[in-house]
Amino acid sequence: MNDFRVLNTRAPRVDAAAKATGQAKYADDFKMPGMLYAAILQSPVAHARILHIDTSKAKKLAGVENVVTSKEAGLIRYGVSPARYDETIFAHDKVRYVGDEIAAVAATSMEIAQEALSLIKVDYEEIPAVFDMFEATKDGAPQIHDEFPGNINAEVHQEFGDTEAALKSCDLVVDHTFLNKRQDAAFIEPHSCVAVFDHAGKLTLYTSTQVPHYVMRTVAMTLQIPVGNVRVIKPYVGGGFGPKCEATPLEMSCGLLSKITGKPVKMTYSREQVFLHSRARHQFYAEMSLGVMNDGTMVALKNKAVLDGGAYTSFGIATVYYSGSLLGGPYKLKAMKYDGHRAYTNKPACGAQRGHGGVAHRACFEQLIDMTAEKIGMDPVEMRLKNIMTAGDMTVNELDMSSLGMKECIEAIREGSDWNNKKGKLPKGKGIGMACGFFVSGAGYPIYRSDTYHSTVVIKMSEDGGVANLLTGSAEIGQGSDTAMAMIAAETLGIPLENVRVYSGDTDYSVDLGAYSSRQTLMTGHATKEAAEDLRDKIAGFLAEEMNVEKSGITFVDGIVKFDDAPGNFEKIRTSYIKEHRGWTDQPSGEFLTFREAARLAFLKGGTLVGTGKYKPHRLGGSYKGAAVGTSPAYGCSAQIVEVSVDLETGQITVDKMTDAHDCGLAINKMSVEGQMQGSLSMGLGECLFEEVKFDSRGRVLNPSLGEYKIPTALDMPNVRSIIVESNEPNGPYGAKEVGEGAIMPTIPAILNAIYDATGVRINELPVTSEKLFMALVEKNRIV
Amino acid sequence: MKKIIRLTVNGEPVEAAVAQNQTLVQFLREDLGLTGTKHGCGLGDCGACTVILDGKAVNSCLVLAIQANGSEVLTIEGLAENGKLHPLQQAFVDKGAIQCGFCTPGMILSAKALLEEKPNPTELEIRTALSGNLCRCTGYQKIVEAIDDAAKVMSGREES
Repeated sequence: MNDFRVLNTRAPRVDAAAKATGQAKYADDFKMPGMLYAAILQSPVAHARILHIDTSKAKKLAGVENVVTSKEAGLIRYGVSPARYDETIFAHDKVRYVGDEIAAVAATSMEIAQEALSLIKVDYEEIPAVFDMFEATKDGAPQIHDEFPGNINAEVHQEFGDTEAALKSCDLVVDHTFLNKRQDAAFIEPHSCVAVFDHAGKLTLYTSTQVPHYVMRTVAMTLQIPVGNVRVIKPYVGGGFGPKCEATPLEMSCGLLSKITGKPVKMTYSREQVFLHSRARHQFYAEMSLGVMNDGTMVALKNKAVLDGGAYTSFGIATVYYSGSLLGGPYKLKAMKYDGHRAYTNKPACGAQRGHGGVAHRACFEQLIDMTAEKIGMDPVEMRLKNIMTAGDMTVNELDMSSLGMKECIEAIREGSDWNNKKGKLPKGKGIGMACGFFVSGAGYPIYRSDTYHSTVVIKMSEDGGVANLLTGSAEIGQGSDTAMAMIAAETLGIPLENVRVYSGDTDYSVDLGAYSSRQTLMTGHATKEAAEDLRDKIAGFLAEEMNVEKSGITFVDGIVKFDDAPGNFEKIRTSYIKEHRGWTDQPSGEFLTFREAARLAFLKGGTLVGTGKYKPHRLGGSYKGAAVGTSPAYGCSAQIVEVSVDLETGQITVDKMTDAHDCGLAINKMSVEGQMQGSLSMGLGECLFEEVKFDSRGRVLNPSLGEYKIPTALDMPNVRSIIVESNEPNGPYGAKEVGEGAIMPTIPAILNAIYDATGVRINELPVTSEKLFMALVEKNRIV
Repeated sequence: MKKIIRLTVNGEPVEAAVAQNQTLVQFLREDLGLTGTKHGCGLGDCGACTVILDGKAVNSCLVLAIQANGSEVLTIEGLAENGKLHPLQQAFVDKGAIQCGFCTPGMILSAKALLEEKPNPTELEIRTALSGNLCRCTGYQKIVEAIDDAAKVMSGREES
């Protein structure tokens, strides 16, 4: 038990009523006087030289205000990581995938903008394209970027310990390969942006993004506007899951067209354009060998990765590092070797998506553990428990597990799912499987090299002392960060949650790197806590002075102030507060001084009262190349057990039950934690059983709609038994850490292990459609 | 060529000239400023634009504005009365059924249409009624729980 008054509860979200009534505004809901509508011309071919672009007809169309190409936009290269800036706003010499951006139009209506696009004439000289990640790196393959011969976008070679020697010393070495498919994040709100360039030379973007800070920097660079003149405002966002973690051609086109026309410019991607822009989950190929002793002790892991990156880098360098680094735990290993590369192909660029870089390789590894356990005759739960890391352990690649409730998670799901009475005892066609995983609580380093604070927060008291206004650049994208920050501030200030108002997602409010790598609870949370402590301290200082008491004896709790646990002599303060606020409905009363009166006193003595907080992680990680990727101040972890039914006649799979235990440190808001757990499992279930972005032989997306690209519906998703396991994370605010991505890591392998348990068939390629499983069953029966 | 349509939106009579190819979701969002109805795909796949048209939950991206002539339309903005949340809205708030919120208006309206027809639905009936409304955030569980709760409140089986 703890003494928290606000934290660790099931508080309704601060934004829930606005969202339930339709009052919450998303980017596409903005409309401004004189606003123009923009649209982007995208390449219909996968690989071609651009010989000529003729925009003259489009410019002449009535209602068209402007047409821009690379001639107007310039050729400043950008991307996510400065180490691989390989994009320009518009393609100029050649196009590299179906969907590559060539020009943008601003017009007085959406219809006119669309018509204008059809009037732009582009002469292409098509050149051979390559769509397969293995073909792309073969000799003689079409070259996609001159600077990257062999289409190798990034490669990683890491070894910790002597892996070959360690494998040789093992009683048993088991191999496995695994292939997932390119995924789409399928957030329900398509990207949308309204850009306003004003007469003072300032550009404001209202945009659906996870990272206002990075969008501000990128747009300032590509549009050559001083960064201080760019403001990015994130309204409510209808889901992100990773692909909204970078500046888009949509945002840059709107900004450029607004700068040129002097009018507000809006653009919203169609659902098809969301698929073409992509930046979602890569296709990964994994090849692994796990060496163990006969008693189940894991010794060494050899891991290879090939990633299909698409035509540009996006987050790809980090992705290919993560595929290796995130296998360092949660099991103790003596040696680990990783070789990975990311190939360019003539398809939309892949980027970050929930469980960045780790999901497919985790799926391969957790299957491999089950395969190994079977060979040595060990229960998969026991085998994992035998090798599990605990708090204070360091992985072989130097990730510090400062807290880790992995063992507790495994024990919780074993109990919660009744594993012992089910494993090996289920009827034919029914199966049970388990898996584990962990993820960072915020990347240890910013995307660009910098000593910047990762988060700063400002809390400003209202003049009457009744409301704490929390200002942060962090991004509420649905995960509940606004509510979490309000709760941390309320707890720290000792006031009720309803007395905190959160203003977020605006680069003018504070510095915050944004909603990616599951970082805000820990990082923005730290800055929030520090800001609230600063504010509290200032109020206590003024109070101590006024009442002539020791500051150290003053405490704030539940909206009241105590002096050495007693009411103290505050009559003078109350009398003057009541006098000042005569006729107001909510005069302070009761035997204790209220926080409001104390904050008002502080205002009278010191003017507007502001507390500030900041956070950046301590130095993390080893000194080897790429050591930064995978580092984090803390790691969340999750264990899951899935039960399935398989129709052995048809291969149809039904996921009957899911049991999930997640260690999120202190659960700031239990309802939000469960929401992240259940949402993660839903996405993992979709990726495992249905989801695949398909292409035709010319690189065109075949299923760019939510009808053809199938994500789980309410009928596909079972209820999840969600068990919150709480550890006390020393590096987290109030002991808190992540839940948003760690919770997806075990889902796919747990389902795959359950399918194996039900059928005896090991599927090593996603998605596991009924057809694929049926064919595998036929094959197995033929061999038997 | 525009056509004049007359309909009732959230209890208020509306008369407007609309293009014949304008969809109901465009009309509601662009012409009436009722942006609580969301546009997620334009193809009837995601259900974010769900409104209640003459008592039935429909994808307003698949209905032309002129087809709504003479009809009654209820959008999310018309649900709360006298500043008080509808029991479904209240249950979505209380049960943590809302994350990003983009599917929420459509979900609530699909649920409302269900509860008008079946005041005491089973879990399967709730899930079936929501099967045309995609949510990528929640895994649906808390949404189903919220609707079950609201059904109990609305049918008087439980105090609000």
